[in-house]
This record gives sequence, structure tokens and C-alpha cells, in this order.
Amino acid sequence: MSAPLGLVTDSSVNVTALVVLVALFLVVTVLGFMASRFRRAESLDSLDEWGLGGRRFGTWVTWFLLGGDLYTAYTFVAVPAAMFSLGAVAGFFAVPYTIILYPIIFVFMARLWSVSHRHGYVTTADFVRGRYDDRTLSLAVSVTGFVATMPYIALQLVGIQAVLEVAGVGGGDNALAKDLPLLIAFAVLAAYTYSSGLRAPAIIAFVKDALIYVVIIVAVVYLPSQVGGWDEIFGAAKDKMAAPNPATGAPTGSFIPGDGQMWAYATLGLGSAMALFMYPHSVTASLSSGSRNTIRRNAAILPAYSFVLGLLALLGWVAIAAGTDVTGLDGEKNPQLVVPQLFEDFFPDWFVGVAFAAIAIGALVPAAIMSIAAANTFSRNIYKEWLNKDATPQQEAKVSKLMSLVVKAFALLFVLTLDKQNAINFQLLGGIWILQTFPAIVFSLYTRWFHRKALLAGWAVGIVYGTVKAYGVASASTDHFGGSLAEIPGLGDMGYIAMTAFALNLVVTVVLTLVLRRLKIDNGTDVTRPGDYHADADDPRVQADLEVEDPFAREPDHA
Amino acid sequence: MSLGNPDGASRPDIDVPPTDRRKIVAACVCLAVPVVALLWVPSYAREDPSLGGFPFFFWYQFLWVFLCSGFTWTAFKLVQSARGGRR
Repeated sequence: MSAPLGLVTDSSVNVTALVVLVALFLVVTVLGFMASRFRRAESLDSLDEWGLGGRRFGTWVTWFLLGGDLYTAYTFVAVPAAMFSLGAVAGFFAVPYTIILYPIIFVFMARLWSVSHRHGYVTTADFVRGRYDDRTLSLAVSVTGFVATMPYIALQLVGIQAVLEVAGVGGGDNALAKDLPLLIAFAVLAAYTYSSGLRAPAIIAFVKDALIYVVIIVAVVYLPSQVGGWDEIFGAAKDKMAAPNPATGAPTGSFIPGDGQMWAYATLGLGSAMALFMYPHSVTASLSSGSRNTIRRNAAILPAYSFVLGLLALLGWVAIAAGTDVTGLDGEKNPQLVVPQLFEDFFPDWFVGVAFAAIAIGALVPAAIMSIAAANTFSRNIYKEWLNKDATPQQEAKVSKLMSLVVKAFALLFVLTLDKQNAINFQLLGGIWILQTFPAIVFSLYTRWFHRKALLAGWAVGIVYGTVKAYGVASASTDHFGGSLAEIPGLGDMGYIAMTAFALNLVVTVVLTLVLRRLKIDNGTDVTRPGDYHADADDPRVQADLEVEDPFAREPDHA
Repeated sequence: MSLGNPDGASRPDIDVPPTDRRKIVAACVCLAVPVVALLWVPSYAREDPSLGGFPFFFWYQFLWVFLCSGFTWTAFKLVQSARGGRR
């Protein structure tokens, strides 16, 4: 099937859909470049402006931005794919995960916002540095965040690839033709991220989220009647999941979590929820909000996205009832094509284009925020901390902008040269790793009881344990990193590896803290004060402090 | 600065807003309820009663999207009022 220009002669190219896709892509490109004028700053040459949009976003901008950031294209592709091939435990846990997420962030995010606002922190590692004056612990937090974000960016590309493949582009033999659309999309993304910073994804998120809502609601209203109604859909899913897998003889998947799967479902939900706001991109989007309460208000209204995500997950089962064929252009079965394929089978071409654009643009927003967040972490906690201590804010912003390009180039290379499975493996590991920074960040927002060296040791133990465990998980298709579940020691049931590692991390941290405190080992100095954790946007002390770091500059203003 | 004193302040904490503890506790309960409800998987991992073709397991979790949103909003209002005039 190797035509000289594979993408033109392939008869399965959906021209109308592609035209709509490209047109919508052009619209967001223009928006991305114009975004630098949004709530315009005098200059974008500082991390506060380029990397946090000036810390001024209100409730609705933050709602779109966080929604666009957290519910990524990969989620939109992978969750229905997991439902389609493995069932509820592997896929539907995303719903409780993204519900309990919000009470959890409600609790600590306002404190993180306030202390960051008061001291000009851009990353969680900045906070840890200020709380303990410990460069090593801060480095551990920043490197974990940086490394965990990289495969996440790469997976956004996988989302775009899935769409392009179903549209008939990108799966051929011609390497250039195959990858060209992706290269162009990413080059454009890199350019407007570089010039507009966080304002670009903030603006594009409006388009992305609107498209996603429209597409999914239309699909969920229209598709079930086409395949015989919800009874039919759940029936087909139940049959498929109960049928034995020819390779192993075990059931294909789970329709509803059964005995022995309760812990898996619960720990996947809780572990993922606790981990999500440890990722730099979530923190970046949260810190860009304009007041302490923006994030709390958002905790009440963001679940709207979880509802949509739940509906989307069920589209994986609609596809079972519809008998969707997920054979890719390379002739191999690829469950990740399930949602794009379902749309192409049932909708008119122009709407297919809109749906594909929703997924592709859905990849651009998180990819932009993730690369900005990773770049901020690099420039603040690695470049300024270790390489150039006297860096000016301008230099910091410059390094960050360049790094955002490097990070994207790396992600692209990752996807184009390595097997996609590698990106998925690393993403799985990233989730395990990032959760190990939870004690150092979240516990430290409340107390300095924990010892900085104990936090570091707990982090290290959690990461090593989690990595070894994940390596040992085999699945039908791979020998290692075959999934995120392993037996919980002492319990016998399967559970999310990140949570077991987290429990171990906690034990090590507490025990070592007791020992180190008894030995009276120095726990560093704390530049934050209790009032910092309650500071709000109009706090007159903030600006004064940012100019001259003098903690006693001004007396409190209430009786 | 003493290590044994969490938040080791040697000066009065006068810039922490005055807080109504009972309301903060009530807010914490509001936040804990959805988490406990959804982590208690055996309480909802079943098919019946179904609703509009949806097995219980699914519609129950969709219902919690709205309940959680309500609980979180209530917690927000409680925290605001617990901190008096200062947000």
C-alpha cells in the first residue's frame, strides 16, 4: 500500500473531516498568537507573566484553563479505550477519581496559592525550598515533576495521532508523510507558546472545552438510539467482559468491580486524585488564578468535566454494542482508535471533523501548559538554583521559554522514534513517582513536624519500590509495566502501586522523622510564617515582600 | 527558631484570620463525605436497581458528581463564614 504520497492517494482519507479539522486548527493558531494581548502585561519577560499569565485569571478563565489542562486528549482517547478493552476497573475509575479530586484540592490548594502568592513561588519545589531551606529536597521535587511531565506531553501526541490515523493520514509507510501533520501541529504550538506563554492555552481552552462539550453531548444523545439503547449497550459490554480471554482463559475484563477488585478501584481513584495536583501543570494552572478563593470556587464547578468524562468513558461501551472495528492503518488492532472510529462510523463527515478537532485541540492545551510548567520548574529550580544563582527575572523567563521548546522537541522525538508503548509505560511510572512528592508538598503546607531528610528518604524509598513493582507487572502484550495494579502486601487484593509505594513512603518518613528529631538533627529554616498561608490577592504586604524580602515589613491590618 | 514548634512562630499569629472552629469542622465533614462514599466501593458495586438502562454502579457515580459539587460549595460557604469578614 505504499503510494509515493501516501496521504493523498489513500482512498480512506476523509477529506471533509480533514478540512474542518484544519480550519479549526487555524482558528486556534490565530487565537494562540493573539493571546499575548489578553490582559496585557507591559512585558512578558518574567516567569510571573510568561509562565503564570500574570497570576490574574478569574473564576471562569481558571475553570476553562484547568478543565482544558486536566482532562487531556490522552484521557479522551485512553479512558474509552480502557473501557472498550478491559472494562470498568481499568476505565471507569476515572469518574470517582475526578470527583474526589476536588474535595482534596479544596483542602490544600488555597494554602499553596496563598504562600506562593506571598513569596512569589512559581513551582511546588520553590515552596519546599522556602519551607525547609533544603536544596536537595527541592531538587528531588522538581526533578520528579519534570520527569513525570515529559511522557505526559508525549502522550498528548498519541491523542493527535489516533485522530489523524482514523482520518486516513499518518499511518502509511512514508515516514515523512506519516509524521508531517504532527510535526506541523507541534511546531505551531511551540511557536505560540513561546510568544504568548500561559495566556495561549488559557484562550485556546475556551475553544477546546466548548468543542468537547458539544461533541460528547451530541454523541451521547444520538449514538445510543443507533445501537439499540442503553440496555443493549450495557448488555453487550457485560457479555464481552465476561467472555474468557483466549490467551489466558480469564474473563476479558470487568463489567462492575467484583470481589477482589474493590481495592483496585478505590486505590486507583484515590491515588490518581492525590497525584494529579502534584504535577507541575496542575500547579501552574492553579497558581495562575487571581485570588485565593478562585481555586475553591472552581473545586465546586470543575466536576462538570467529570460528568462529561464519565459519558465519554461509556462511549467505549457504545462502541462494543456498535461493533466498532479498531484495526489501524498498519493492520493491527489498536483500542485507542475506538472513539475516533466510532465517530467516523456514525456521523456525517463535517461533524467527524469537529469531533477530531476537539480531540486534537484538546491535546494542544495540556501540551502547552505542561511544557510551560516543566520549563518553569527547570528554570526556577534547576537553572537558577544550581547553574546560575544570580539569574535575573528576564534570564529566568528566557531560559523557561527556550526550555519549553526543548521539552516539546523531546516529546516529539519520544513519540516518533520509540514505540508508543514506551510513552505509556513512562506515563504509568510518572504517576507512581509524582505521588511520592505528596508528603513533602502537602504535609508541609500544614506542619514542619516532618523532617526534611526523612521526607527525602521516604520519597526515595517510594520511588524505588514503585518502579520495581511496576517493572514486575506482566500483561498479555508486554512482560514489564503491563499495568498499574499489583498485589497489596499483607492484603492479598490487587491495588494501585502508587498507593502502596505512598504508604511505604509515609512509614519511612514518620519513623525517620522520629529518629532525626530525637537526635536533634537540624531541620533547616523556614522563611514562611503562619499568616502567609492565608494571604489573599489584595494583600498589601505581597508586593512589598516581593521587592524586599522583609517578613516584618508591615503590621497586620485587623484587630 | 525551635524545631519542636510546628510553624515555629515566636511572635503572635496575629495575621492568621480569626477562625470559627465549628464551621471549619463542618466544612471538613462536607469534604470528607464524597471521598468516603466513593472509596467505599462495595456499597455501590452492583447492578440493581437500574435507572433508565443504567446499572446502579454507573448512575450512582454520576449522581455523586452533583452531590460532590454541592458538598464542596457548601464547604466553601462555611469556610468563608468561619473566617468572618476576611476571606
